[in-house]
Amino acid sequence: MDQRAQLLVEVRLVVNGTRHELAVEPWVTLLDLLREHLCLTGTKKGCDQGQCGACTVLVDGKRVNSCLLLAVAKDGAEVTTIEGLSTPERMHPLQCAFIEHDAFQCGYCTPGQICSAAALIAEGRAQGREDIRELMSGNLCRCGAYTNIVDAIEEVLSAGRGP
Amino acid sequence: MNRFEYVRAYSVEDAIEALRPPGTKVLAGGTNLVDLMKYGVTRPSRLVDINRLPLTAIEELPGGGLRLGALSTNADVAYAPPVAVHAPLVASAILSGASAQLRNAATTAGNLLQRTRCMYFYDTSTPCNKRNPDTGCSALHGINRMHAILGASDQCVAVHPSDMCVAFAALDARVNVVGAAGARAIAFRDFHRLPGDTPDVDTTLQPDEVVTSVELPPWRFAAHYTYLKVRDRLSYAFALVSVAVALEVRDGRVATARLALGGVAPKPWRSAGAEAVLAGEAPQRATFERAADVALEGATALSGNRFKIELARRTVVRALEQAAAAAPQSQSSKRVN
Repeated sequence: MDQRAQLLVEVRLVVNGTRHELAVEPWVTLLDLLREHLCLTGTKKGCDQGQCGACTVLVDGKRVNSCLLLAVAKDGAEVTTIEGLSTPERMHPLQCAFIEHDAFQCGYCTPGQICSAAALIAEGRAQGREDIRELMSGNLCRCGAYTNIVDAIEEVLSAGRGP
Repeated sequence: MNRFEYVRAYSVEDAIEALRPPGTKVLAGGTNLVDLMKYGVTRPSRLVDINRLPLTAIEELPGGGLRLGALSTNADVAYAPPVAVHAPLVASAILSGASAQLRNAATTAGNLLQRTRCMYFYDTSTPCNKRNPDTGCSALHGINRMHAILGASDQCVAVHPSDMCVAFAALDARVNVVGAAGARAIAFRDFHRLPGDTPDVDTTLQPDEVVTSVELPPWRFAAHYTYLKVRDRLSYAFALVSVAVALEVRDGRVATARLALGGVAPKPWRSAGAEAVLAGEAPQRATFERAADVALEGATALSGNRFKIELARRTVVRALEQAAAAAPQSQSSKRVN
């Protein structure tokens, strides 16, 4: 066995409902596994340091920064990315609301914003705009679309149309 | 990130054994460790993943205390019903920190063991005694508006970044650890250490020890508590100054006071002096101002953080007013009452 193969660690993940068995180096983050190994490039790499939230995905139903998770430590987990939230034919209510409210400019933070917002709604702790702003503070938008992002989330939250 | 060997531990004994080789570090939530590895600040040769250990429980103890498993996440603790009843100050402190995503991954023990966010500690192109002993402190005469006003040394002026630990300090928490030599309990005040001449050592946890839980004594402060955090933006920022207060009020007087500050010192800064000023007194502003003066006794400013002394003084007074009025700071509405 060559030196590289000795360092590989088996990881089993269910990503967007599909079972994957991979062998990866232990320093591969969940973000890099999703993007580089599974070609799921909807999840974005922003700061890669847990500060911007662009890499937000759901692991076992909870929103996390995938850039700070070593994939090997999540063996056996279920992961949902923006690709798993909906299909182009049947968009997620948050996706519709983001379009309706013009809740993005460049769009780079949007997959993270939407995954984070989907979790926020599922958590059921946000009552209104103030709570949305606080509980979405882990998702930065350098274009400054915050007002419209809150509008979009508030609409889905109050309509009770969330997942 | 450097290359490293990866090992999974399936029992505490496994973990302790796996920690023997020098250069080994424990991986829990990873929110700080993985970040530090990406910056090259820490370069472990081996990681022991302890996420499979059965240390996630949040339990009420006989008599009203709480035990928080080392691997309980910050979110689990903040929203756990027993914590709302038996340690609401802890829940509030947690919710003032980080983001929802980070709180879902970060653990109780990891919070205790996180490193400073001093920008020079993170910047491997600059000298830093905490990162590389005996290279010097870049913050001492550098950009230091976030840095310590209490407890620092001329070797290191970095502050401890935790919010949760400020509440733990105020509440006399106990840290349960296990190592090759057996189990022991560390009083919270003894867990973190001051930098002195060895700022690279943050805590009294030994290299072969792992934290198994944090215990809190029974809550006896009713709604007379608050966690008040002052920072550069309203959310998702480290404290310039934070204050945890809990008061036991009986017959219109403060029977017992607990007061700790965050963002001002290399460790969560409990002020026994301020507590002594408050004990036995009626809860009123003049007393709070005297307590604040005592809490900030000996504070010294660096070139860029003189404002923090007065800011801390005022934050202590305001926090005491909130606690006395049984009006804890909301971590959602940022209005300071």
